[in-house]
Amino acid sequence: MSLRSRLNLVIVQALIISLMLALAGRLFYLQVAEGLTYQDAALSIQSRDVVNPAIRGAIVDSSGIPLVMDRPGMVISADRSTLDKLPDKGASILARVAKLVGKTPENVYVITRLCGELPSSQSAGCWKGTRFQPIPITKTATTEQALKVLENSDLFPGISAQSVPVRSYPGMAGENGAHVLGYVGSVNEDDLADTSKNYYREETIGKDGLELQYDNFLRGKAGIKTVIVDRKESVTKQAVSTQPVAGFNLVTNLDARLQAATEKALQTSVLRARSLGGRADGGAAVVMDVNSGKVLALASYPTYDPNIWQVGLTQKQANNLFSESSGVPALNRPLQGMYAPASAFKSISVVAAMNAGYDMNALYKCPAKLLIGNREFANFETKSQGTINMKRAVAVSCDTIWYQIAYDEWVRDGGLSPRSGLNDYFFKAARGFGLGKSTGIDLPSEASGRLPDRAWKERVYKENKDFYCNFKTRAKKSDLTPFLIEIARENCLDGNVLRAGDAVNFSIGQGDTLMTPIQMAQTYAAIANGGTLYKPQVARAIVKPNGQVVKEFKPEATATNVLSKKASKFLREALRAVVTEGTAAGAYAGFPVAIAGKTGTAEDKGLNKDGSAKGDTAWFASFAPVEDPKYVVVMVISQGGFGGSISSVGVRDIYAALFGVSGGRVDPAKEIFPNGVPINLPKVDPKNAKLVKP
Amino acid sequence: MSIYSNHRRRDKFRENFGQFDRILTFSVAGLLVIGTLLVYAATRNWFAAQGLDPEYYLKRHVVNILIGGLLAYGTTLIDYRLLRAYTPIVWGLAVIGLIIVLIPGLGSEINGAKAWISFPGGFQIQPAELAKIAIIVGISMILAEKRDTDADPTDQDVLKALAIAAVPILLILLQPDLGTVVIISAAVVAIIGTSGAPSRWVVGLLLLAVVGGFTAVKAGVVDEYQVARLQSFVDPSADPQATGYQLRQSRITIGSGGILGKGLFDGPQTNGRFVPEQQTDFIFTVAGEELGFLGSGFILVLFTIFFMRAFTIAKRTDDLFGRLVCVGVIAWFAFQTFENIGMTMGLVPMTGVPLPFMSYGGSSMFANLIGLGLIQNVHLRTR
Repeated sequence: MSLRSRLNLVIVQALIISLMLALAGRLFYLQVAEGLTYQDAALSIQSRDVVNPAIRGAIVDSSGIPLVMDRPGMVISADRSTLDKLPDKGASILARVAKLVGKTPENVYVITRLCGELPSSQSAGCWKGTRFQPIPITKTATTEQALKVLENSDLFPGISAQSVPVRSYPGMAGENGAHVLGYVGSVNEDDLADTSKNYYREETIGKDGLELQYDNFLRGKAGIKTVIVDRKESVTKQAVSTQPVAGFNLVTNLDARLQAATEKALQTSVLRARSLGGRADGGAAVVMDVNSGKVLALASYPTYDPNIWQVGLTQKQANNLFSESSGVPALNRPLQGMYAPASAFKSISVVAAMNAGYDMNALYKCPAKLLIGNREFANFETKSQGTINMKRAVAVSCDTIWYQIAYDEWVRDGGLSPRSGLNDYFFKAARGFGLGKSTGIDLPSEASGRLPDRAWKERVYKENKDFYCNFKTRAKKSDLTPFLIEIARENCLDGNVLRAGDAVNFSIGQGDTLMTPIQMAQTYAAIANGGTLYKPQVARAIVKPNGQVVKEFKPEATATNVLSKKASKFLREALRAVVTEGTAAGAYAGFPVAIAGKTGTAEDKGLNKDGSAKGDTAWFASFAPVEDPKYVVVMVISQGGFGGSISSVGVRDIYAALFGVSGGRVDPAKEIFPNGVPINLPKVDPKNAKLVKP
Repeated sequence: MSIYSNHRRRDKFRENFGQFDRILTFSVAGLLVIGTLLVYAATRNWFAAQGLDPEYYLKRHVVNILIGGLLAYGTTLIDYRLLRAYTPIVWGLAVIGLIIVLIPGLGSEINGAKAWISFPGGFQIQPAELAKIAIIVGISMILAEKRDTDADPTDQDVLKALAIAAVPILLILLQPDLGTVVIISAAVVAIIGTSGAPSRWVVGLLLLAVVGGFTAVKAGVVDEYQVARLQSFVDPSADPQATGYQLRQSRITIGSGGILGKGLFDGPQTNGRFVPEQQTDFIFTVAGEELGFLGSGFILVLFTIFFMRAFTIAKRTDDLFGRLVCVGVIAWFAFQTFENIGMTMGLVPMTGVPLPFMSYGGSSMFANLIGLGLIQNVHLRTR
């Protein structure tokens, strides 16, 4: 063998050894150095988590009556990944399903679209999940409908029927509770992106109301079955599996019977206001325990059927929920509706006046009108009441007395050039009652109302100064009237200063002051209980399905002594006089329980959509029984007319249910809380709960 | 009489078998046994899940090995020096086969390459495997022809050898099966280098390979699927469902085996068939997952022992023809092993070549065992 030949042979041999070493090195890298990484990668390829959502807890009233609970239902759902592969993208099959379940093909088409696939104007009811989840077409299918789908799978490719828990609203006492209970829905992309919540895509979560507020307790823990799948996604092995843990039940302070009565009273009042020619576009009613802040009933009008979320929202239903013309039924008015309190505010003015040292027994002039600056401020109905004491002034709701006091105090505080060390009795009293701050009720999206004090004026001025000072160029042509130009000029000059008119308006709850009905209830509860401001509380306790108590919600005072004992005593008498001899006397003539309350009729300077002037807001804020107050009841009807003739009558109906009044006398057998507001927790067994008729 | 002759034949076999190089025999036997288990592991769950015979592939693989074994034994019977007479016939058959696969209707296309001739009954042969043997033996013959004296091959000899190799190579390029072209070229260069031919040939051929490969890609001679394979090698996420998917799955499957592996028949990736073609081209992923670093490393060791032993045989023989045949066969196996295993580990671009002695597949198994037979033949006739 030649030397070159031998040399080349060795070179080839060396080359081949190096090839084998390269393979060995790579093998070491993959299996030893990076082995764990690849093991994880393999596991994520092979394993699938099958999520088995837990049974959601029930929401029950204080006596254990279920307000909402899971019931077995039949869901018919569409699998988009299968349907999209069909020549017509599954349109004909969806139409067939629509016919089967009694829906329109258009609706079924929309609810099986991903929200991004539709223009936002038509996207109501669209699917907020992904293409790869089964998209429910209806959750209330009958067994026959489900069987049709299952037995004719050739007619319904990509459509499946399955038994699932469905949120149901038994309405055992005829209550609706749509707003306070809220609703549940599928997890959407935003929810999934929220890293603080570990949602699974397959879960149903609370979206509003109590369902949202206490979702963590109600939802339970989904069971996860980890399976090993092959490339075709067929299960080859079951790995780990955890059982779903049922959600906890939520006991509320609500009472189903009282809730039903409150909703009915509110609706009746709204309809009555309309029959009297009012617009009455909405209203709210609140019943609360004065000594704990327990919310016993919470009603909002107009309302809607909470089942629509389960059946599958149609475009019409969705439009309706938020439409002005139907009164925005989605709005939870007890905590999201803000209204000028008007004379219902005067209880706070009484506290302010007493703090300022005014004698409640002294006599005050109540003229028909009063000139403040260059503006005339009139009594409601421009009627003089002569010279009266303060109790009488509250009863007949005299305004001019308050104009005078508020004006005098404003002058004392320096008028247009405020002195240092302001008394601001009225603002301070209002702040004491928590106006301008949300009450902290355990429900989402509460509004805070508005307290138009000096700081507020300053803030608004800063925001609008530019507009007022350039009014002639900025405003619409139609707004360039001499009156509005003059107002703009004044606002530009000293819009940040509290003017006499502002102070005067504030004292009778007009002007820029806004309160929510729940704030009003909290205020009157404090008046009734002698000065403690309780946080309104809907939830009473969280209990496990086996009855074990997880968490109890105790009454929570956010402020104490917001008024003096003396003021409390005076107000009880004065507010009682409203009902016996004042503005609410007509509504309560012959009523067997001693009610105390205050009417309010707020003027709204705004215009309706159609250009008509807005009607008056009708308030009645009350508590009873006056000698030992237990309940506070507030009703407000927007554009309802007179507080004394509309809302006070509505509140009377609620009291009638509460105390079991029929035929002008109390029937203790019909009283809702014969032993007072329940203190002990009820037995929670939603499936077997029985309603005790009052 | 007949009993006697049977006896004699059996004795002859035992005698021959005893004279085979044991290290070579046992390393290949080890690869065959492990390969058989891996083919079974790769297919038993898959077939059982479809209600088919889970031992379908196992049985056919064993039959392939038995036929291949007979072919290998047959190869050892005739003195390899007499093989020269048959070489033109084998070469001619291979070329005809390579032409047939290119004729539409006669050749069948699998994974983008027209490399197979299908016969009724699902039986397929791959003429390229036959071509490997024909080329190795053919050019070894040409280059060794004048080596009765000490004269090195002339330029003319080298040209002749190249011509013999070029025809099948071009035909394989047309399929196109780049992986096989690379293997054959490597074998050709190794043989020319070892033959004592002028060094400029080796250098020149290596340069040609680099330039040729580069311009082929540039000029678009390389098919789209091959470019895709190359691209997905560079960036495996480029085409996650096809080639890139395969490579990614393959790497994950091997990597997830770790040091000890998941145990034979217990690989979830293998049983889930996440890697396509796992009983043929991707058989090494089964070893990686189920046998781990120790098991798959042992396979590399067996291959290395085989190559080193074959080199020893090549060095021991005084006959240049025998040595060149050995070197050719070694280069063929070594490059094919490197291409195949390197592909499954993401070390080299994807090519469709099977792993010698281990992948399922008749033509390749027969050719591999004939290759083994050739080396044993050289060993038997070395004094």
